[in-house]
Amino acid sequence: MVSDTRSDPALRCGAAVPARAGAGLKADHVADILETGADIGFFEVHAENYMGAGGPPHRQLQAVRERYPLSLHGVGLSIGGEQPLDKDHLKRLSDLNRRYEPGLFSEHLAWSSHDTTYFNDLLPVPYDEATLNRVCDHIDEVQETVGRRMLLENPSTYVAFAQSTMSELDFLGEIVRRTGCGLLLDINNVHVSCTNHERSASDYLAAFPMAAVGEIHLGGHAPDRDDAGRPLLIDAHDREVDQAVWQLFEDVIGANGPLPTLIEWDNNVPAWPVLLAEAQAADRILAQTAGARRKQAV
Amino acid sequence: MKHKAMSAAIVAGAVATAVAGLSSTVPAHAQAKEKCYGVSLKGQNDCKAGPGTTCAGTSTVDYQGNAWTLVPKGTCVTMDVPGGRHGSLTELKRDLPEA
Amino acid sequence: MRSSLSHPQVDAASFGRALLDPQSATPDGLTGPDGQTAPKRFNVYRNNVIVSLSEALGETFPGVKTLLGEDYFKALARAFVTAHPPLSPVLIWYGAEFADFLDAFPPLQAYPYLGDVARLEWAWLQAYHAADAAPLDPARLGEVSPQQLGDVCFTPHPAAHMVTSRWPVWAIARANRFEPDEAGAIDLAEPQSVLITRPDMDVNVFLLRAGGAALTMDLLQGQTLADAAGRAQEEDGSFSLSDCLSDCLAAGAFSGLLLND
Repeated sequence: MVSDTRSDPALRCGAAVPARAGAGLKADHVADILETGADIGFFEVHAENYMGAGGPPHRQLQAVRERYPLSLHGVGLSIGGEQPLDKDHLKRLSDLNRRYEPGLFSEHLAWSSHDTTYFNDLLPVPYDEATLNRVCDHIDEVQETVGRRMLLENPSTYVAFAQSTMSELDFLGEIVRRTGCGLLLDINNVHVSCTNHERSASDYLAAFPMAAVGEIHLGGHAPDRDDAGRPLLIDAHDREVDQAVWQLFEDVIGANGPLPTLIEWDNNVPAWPVLLAEAQAADRILAQTAGARRKQAV
Repeated sequence: MKHKAMSAAIVAGAVATAVAGLSSTVPAHAQAKEKCYGVSLKGQNDCKAGPGTTCAGTSTVDYQGNAWTLVPKGTCVTMDVPGGRHGSLTELKRDLPEA
Repeated sequence: MRSSLSHPQVDAASFGRALLDPQSATPDGLTGPDGQTAPKRFNVYRNNVIVSLSEALGETFPGVKTLLGEDYFKALARAFVTAHPPLSPVLIWYGAEFADFLDAFPPLQAYPYLGDVARLEWAWLQAYHAADAAPLDPARLGEVSPQQLGDVCFTPHPAAHMVTSRWPVWAIARANRFEPDEAGAIDLAEPQSVLITRPDMDVNVFLLRAGGAALTMDLLQGQTLADAAGRAQEEDGSFSLSDCLSDCLAAGAFSGLLLND
């Protein structure tokens, strides 16, 4: 558990991320965003892209941070790895947290490094007791080092491990219980994984530990087929959010109220107005639901 | 081998000339005001899957193209005498077939 | 719950080995919904690793990519990625060994300048991400007494890098990356050295004149002005200290100066 007093969000976090839509920050969009003063809830960056000492990336992020709330999203810590966390990398993450004071800080339930190799992909973990213990130890270490609560993102997966002894939901629920971390609910990942493993996304979401969720991700995926011709969805972030994912999002927000919601678009990145329009579509759903819930309360 | 240092007088004269020449120019630091954010280089780290197909990086090298047998088709020009300076004046153009 | 012991166990070592070797079998125990081993599903991960790292390399070495062409670069990147996968999760630091790899790659022996083009692009990237610092104000030199000027040493600016080459590396990089429309004929017999700096937010690539490479190299390594100038003059009779020093100062190669007693 986090014991450091710096974990107090009031002391450690910068501008809180509102329950509105945000977008993944792309270098090509920065000039447009700053010139137009885009009306958007927040921006999210991949922490590893800001681990150089200086130069344009930091100048741009500083300018964005001065105008918008920020979410810092790590993609390379390898929390699900078999080996101890990379202390240098953890320190870099911690330093970035101090430098930019993001309102949200998240990483993935995945591994990406083993031995001396970094594979640059979010690789799946078996859902068994040994992995659970390791992941919880790693999350404890992250939260203690960075001095704040982190959100852990549910993965997109393409294979299952025969050795798994529990469901993904039980695995995530147990992590939350043991470490006190929050969750980043990626609804596209839910749709992708549930399709790939022939499960019901609605059932999965109905059982998701929503009380721990601090942020939602939405993104596009690419359809493919597996060896036996079954649908295989790839988490490509290369297009608009799929209609099925929008529907799941509406259901989740309708049942649980608005949450900070990020649009991810990392391949075939469109012009800024196209990405902004996706965020505005998410904002409309968030606003409708917020309005409906206020009426209910009255 | 020990090199001979330049004499103080010559150095002083050269520095004076260099500094005088520069004093009329704007310091480099102040020149880039208009583009104060610099070139936007695409971030290298992402949490996406590869481009929406499973085949591009997965086939065996024989099928995919092997750097040991392919021939470069870009703008580079070959220097076909190993280590030599064959063809001393060569125009490099985008669409030039390799020599 | 099922017992895990009856199922094949896949660890990170076997998963990782199979990722980088497309000829190897999918590890037993990675399955689709029918419980069968699923090679095509595993290939999604293989694809992600090779393609994403190849793309990262292409972003860092766009000039080399233009020189070799899309298809060749893709095949070459696959060979490099497999032989030198990244050691760090920070991909802005991926590709340090690429220049040496190009030099040593037998099929590219007829293109001996490619390694130096890669060195220039790598130095450009280091300059881009280097710590921010104000360059030395040339007027500071005017405050040093003439007798002491020869003993002056400079602090290299964090973004300052040099690439010395037997090849016209500046002209080739310019034609294939920085100013493709401005390029004219390139004399492959002309050795060129470049100084790369980032005084503010823009990275600059300067072609160094005769003797300038020797002087700049020595000054960046902390030699005194008199020693560096003496060596440059011995190397090139036409060396002009005022011109070459002026280039360094204008480019922002230094961030400070030191006077040793």
